Amino acid sequence: MKAIYLDNNATTRVDPSVVDAMLPFFTEHFGNASSAHSFGAEVGTAVKAARQQLQQLLGATHDHEIIYTSGGTESDNAAILSALEALPDRNEIVISKVEHPAILSLCEHLEKTGRAKVHLIGVDKVGQLDIDAYRAALSDKVAVVSLMWANNETGTIFPVEGLAELAKEHGALFHTDAVQAVGKTPISLKDSAIDMLSLSGHKLHGPKGIGALYVKKGARFKPLIRGGHQERARRGGTENVPAIIGLGKAAELAHAHMAEEQGRVRELRDRLEKAVLQRVPNCIVNGDRHDRLPNTANLAFEYVESEAILLHLNRSGVAASSGSACTSGSMEPSHVLKAMEIPEAALHGAVRFSFSRDNVAEDVDRVIEALPGIVEKLREMSPFWADAEKKTNDTKPVFA
Amino acid sequence: MWEYSDTVKEHFFNPKNAGALVGANAVGEVGALSCGDALKLMLHIDPVTEIVLEAKFQTFGCGSAIASSSALTELVIGKTLEQASAITNRDIADYLGGLPPEKKHCAVMGHEALQAAIANFRGEVWRSSHEESALVCKCHGVDAAVIERAIRDNGLSTVEQVAVFTKAGSGCTTCYEQVEDILFRVASDIAATAALAARSSESAGSDEAAAVQHAPAAPRPGSVNLFRSATRPVSAAAPRPAAPVKPGAETSPLTPTSPLSESSGGMTNLKKIRLIEETIEDLRVYLRKDGGDCELIDVDGSNVLVSLTGACVGCQMASVTVSGIQERLIAKLGVPMRVIPVGRNAH
Repeated sequence: MKAIYLDNNATTRVDPSVVDAMLPFFTEHFGNASSAHSFGAEVGTAVKAARQQLQQLLGATHDHEIIYTSGGTESDNAAILSALEALPDRNEIVISKVEHPAILSLCEHLEKTGRAKVHLIGVDKVGQLDIDAYRAALSDKVAVVSLMWANNETGTIFPVEGLAELAKEHGALFHTDAVQAVGKTPISLKDSAIDMLSLSGHKLHGPKGIGALYVKKGARFKPLIRGGHQERARRGGTENVPAIIGLGKAAELAHAHMAEEQGRVRELRDRLEKAVLQRVPNCIVNGDRHDRLPNTANLAFEYVESEAILLHLNRSGVAASSGSACTSGSMEPSHVLKAMEIPEAALHGAVRFSFSRDNVAEDVDRVIEALPGIVEKLREMSPFWADAEKKTNDTKPVFA
Repeated sequence: MWEYSDTVKEHFFNPKNAGALVGANAVGEVGALSCGDALKLMLHIDPVTEIVLEAKFQTFGCGSAIASSSALTELVIGKTLEQASAITNRDIADYLGGLPPEKKHCAVMGHEALQAAIANFRGEVWRSSHEESALVCKCHGVDAAVIERAIRDNGLSTVEQVAVFTKAGSGCTTCYEQVEDILFRVASDIAATAALAARSSESAGSDEAAAVQHAPAAPRPGSVNLFRSATRPVSAAAPRPAAPVKPGAETSPLTPTSPLSESSGGMTNLKKIRLIEETIEDLRVYLRKDGGDCELIDVDGSNVLVSLTGACVGCQMASVTVSGIQERLIAKLGVPMRVIPVGRNAH
């Protein structure tokens, strides 16, 4: 039985054509892009082409607005720390409660060490930002606003372009962690007020260990990693050439598959969600169903614990996740779902299914076949199920 | 990702004795929905021979919670109550061929359910001896309360010393920063208490304050009680604990304002009790939001006896709530106070 992979928000399979594009850059074109000789020159040209592929996916004005990093976490760290240094008369940061740990733990650390005051903006029940609280937090003391484009656990999309406009009114820099959004939803940075954007290669069928930070031309930037003059002296260290080439190819493919992501992949997700809601009582869809990534389904099952569901699913050949792979330990429910104030009965029972263009219709069939029985079995074992109010899920309002 | 032994997997996928036991005469319930795991152990014990004839469980929780419950029932069936009482959480984990470090609490939960069921059979009220505060060192199962007590009792000042005394931080070392935080918090607390004691002993000269003043780094062993959780019901319907109220959390009313800013030296007993009442009344609003409540039972010198009710009962974070209330009282009254959670029926 072939195992089915439905954890594409954790990481994706590297597209074989991405690997093909990368391979010559290990043994054949191995030069240092900064070298003046011919070995370096050919590599330099290839890196420029890869940068332009990524530029196109982001709809950026210039290719040099892209700084390569080691991944999403480095990009996030670089953006926040740069802003604090670039605007020394401002020491406040505005973020949401549902940001990725790459932002949350950095900001917590900055606050603890007295380097910044952090405004944590809450979200509503579908994970949308509390706009009033956001407006109230903005002032001329804010150095940077960092709000994610799309949430990794629920797929909820923040209206980042509008949020960036608001930040701009107060002279604050605006960064968005778009690690989950890039490649899944169309992005055009050309005319936006977004100053900085973080992305990661392995979330879009590219290699791990490569990411990028987009910094709009004219936005103030201070490097996190100093060293050589690579990346226009904004990020020291010899370029990770094979990975840069791979990310370029992955960006080109993501651009070409955008319609499929928004169409076929979305249909797979919607069919899974609808079928599960029809077959499993007391099930909740977490996230903003009207403004959500097309590939993400976060389903919470009342009175059962997610790890138990995942173990059974894994045995049935289905790989899913309980939310963010960065959060482990069964005692702590997801910080995202807690911020959304998901009902207590469902808080520990959330399972995230995240699709990609690699998935096919049969994958959905397998989940629909396995999941209802698993939840039923675990509920029969749960001390709370017998006395619980049984609720049929209404699938009409959203899917009509 | 999952480092479960084959025995754990077997007991998870094919649990023994799952379901309700009709005619159970000993029931032990621990954990809660909001804690992420809960176990209801039901035993049928022969009243004459005191042999466990049947055992069944109902568990809400992760794979190892279900496996531990299944193992527990297999361990107790056929044993006398005396033999069953001797079963430890280690026995449960060993039966399963070991549990991953971060899942050790599942065996602890099994052990507690068994103790609760036995107490229920004997008509006693079971109290957890496990210190229900946040687990810091997952490798060695050391919680914040144990670390804090070791720091206070032994005057520890470095992470390495804490590791020597408690083993915390000597495994994977990922809790290093958390241990540092506790060291910092305790050091500040000791300094603040000493300063408070110096102030209040000037005017009031109470024994308590003097004792603290003379030995600021080593409070009396009795202070350990601060970290004990509230008593928990044995067989009542599953409690719904409140979300923890962390001191220092963003909007927490329990965050102390500077303890030195509102000092109020020699006040009358009446005034003191009124202040305590007011403070607790203010906090109840927040506890109720989380489905919990707190009631003032008695004031005995500097000891404030409270009863945590509703969702607070059985919550793993009850000790955090208690220390939060204590910090708030100290801030309000400006004298050292000790909050002691007691059962409702204690008075």
